[in-house]
Amino acid sequence: MTGLAPMAPPGVLTAQGLAADLSCFPTREQYFSLIESFKHDAFEMCVDLCGVDYLEFAGRELPDGVHPTRFEIVVNLLSLSKRQRVRVRVQAGDEAPEVDSLFSLYPGTEAMEREAFDMFGVLFRGHPDLTRILMPEEWEGHPLRKDYGTGRVPVQFKEAPGPR
Amino acid sequence: MSEPTIRTAERIDLLTAETSEGAQELLRRDLTTSGELSREVGAVLRLDGHSFDPNSVDYDRRDDETMIINMGPSHPSTHGVLRLMLELDGEFVLRTKPVIGYLHTGMEKTGEELSYVQGATNVTRMDYLSPVINELAYSMAVEKLLGIDVPDRAVWIRMMMSELNRVSSHLVWMATNGMDLGASSMMIYGLRERELILAFFEKTAGLRMNLNYVRPGGVAADLPDGWQDDVLVICDTIYERTFEYDQLLTGQPIFRERMVGVAPMNAEEALALSVTGPLLRSTGVPWDLRRSMPYLAYDQVEFDVIVGTFGDNFDRYAIRLNEIRESIRIIRQCIDMMPSGDYRSQDPKVTPPPRARIGESMEALIHHFKLFTEGFHVPAGEVYLAVESPRGELGCYIVADGGPKPYRLHVRGPSFVNLQAVSLLMRGGAMSDTITVISTIDPVMGEVDR
Repeated sequence: MTGLAPMAPPGVLTAQGLAADLSCFPTREQYFSLIESFKHDAFEMCVDLCGVDYLEFAGRELPDGVHPTRFEIVVNLLSLSKRQRVRVRVQAGDEAPEVDSLFSLYPGTEAMEREAFDMFGVLFRGHPDLTRILMPEEWEGHPLRKDYGTGRVPVQFKEAPGPR
Repeated sequence: MSEPTIRTAERIDLLTAETSEGAQELLRRDLTTSGELSREVGAVLRLDGHSFDPNSVDYDRRDDETMIINMGPSHPSTHGVLRLMLELDGEFVLRTKPVIGYLHTGMEKTGEELSYVQGATNVTRMDYLSPVINELAYSMAVEKLLGIDVPDRAVWIRMMMSELNRVSSHLVWMATNGMDLGASSMMIYGLRERELILAFFEKTAGLRMNLNYVRPGGVAADLPDGWQDDVLVICDTIYERTFEYDQLLTGQPIFRERMVGVAPMNAEEALALSVTGPLLRSTGVPWDLRRSMPYLAYDQVEFDVIVGTFGDNFDRYAIRLNEIRESIRIIRQCIDMMPSGDYRSQDPKVTPPPRARIGESMEALIHHFKLFTEGFHVPAGEVYLAVESPRGELGCYIVADGGPKPYRLHVRGPSFVNLQAVSLLMRGGAMSDTITVISTIDPVMGEVDR
């Protein structure tokens, strides 16, 4: 049933990942148009979007020419008609990570992008409602960052009186 | 001691100003951007110019004509701590916004602190109604990174246990759905039947829920003696009882009134919202990972993928009821085709040695010690692996840095994504239908918030 292997447009760096899925490594400028081209190429669903903080693992394996940054956004696309998956890994930046929002292509990324923002502080340009989703509104910091130690910050409650 | 901040409706402007991220709640219309507003009225495909008819929702309504009410997080019908904010016009829902995070315990962060051996105990608590399938996704991802194969018997045991788990999860869904609609006898029946499966889990794994049964390398224990009889009894009993549920619910006028034609969704919207599982299949898309991208040995068993037509509440109900029957069909084939052999990989780096070997072999002792203190090292890499959970695609994305702990563990919870369909499904519906909508989406909050 599986059709031809998915192809990335020229100019986008790719690698063959585990589980025989294609990984693409676009630059931040290529990111949106790459996803758009995959969407037109029968990848109907954006199944997953998550962030990774590579602060302590900078030496990860990347194809030549990809400039590694601290934050990475990983997008998993699924084609129902071709029964294929494609992974897009975009380097989101070091200090102020920011990428385009996929909301206009796949409205289902809304919650996932909010989660990535909440957990990593990655900004998504063009997201309709970029607020925290899992943590309370007033939470300081982004918990899944590697420099956010567990147990370091006392549990915060919204209305708890105390020195703040 | 500083003055505690009191958040009242009059201070909404202050509320948003004092946080850099903005409010999570449903806000007054004049404080909401148009993008957010159309999202909250459930406009999914408006950007493509079709499917969203602005006349179907009173877009420019003034605030004094409507009422924003809060439902949850502690509400008996929200299946946990889901909080919905609804804008109502009389009895009808104009806007909905789910507010989640009340059960967030940082399980992905915890996953980075636990070794690969311990990790299964963590992920099993995410979707607490289908623990085996959570463990399965995690274990298969770890095995993919390790590049090890599991023995045939382990594959079939895993398959049988996940199907049993699917049945028990759907039974809980039948029970709670009946409860939400006032059919409280269904509540008792569903939980009664599930008890059979939990008892079998207890016999096999020692625990009723959060089993930690499927582990990287295989399963924790072999099936108990006489398991065929136990499983056959479960199959026979539950299969028979599904027809009782039919009698109880399927044709019942009150039930049908609240299910048929309520909260429909079409396939395009479902795909755009990344909705998977019974919700997607109810719209007519035959997408079941067990069939479409087979894992384990699902390509060797016969079963049907149940597909709906209208994407309404009733389709979602019918799909789950029939999936119970299909799962039982798979379990029966598992009983017949269960191979013999090892139930876990014999790779000493991954699987602890049997207790008897520790006393006599130094090597076994060392392996045992290393495995339970440090854990095994997983080669650097990243993998995304998805399985079909009762709620949809359950994905596990692991980044390994070569150490004994995952560098990043991300679980794509199907309920987390499916919950986005709430605004769409509730648009224009009556307040009482919100209950059925939440119920048929079937969110498990442990997985939504992780």
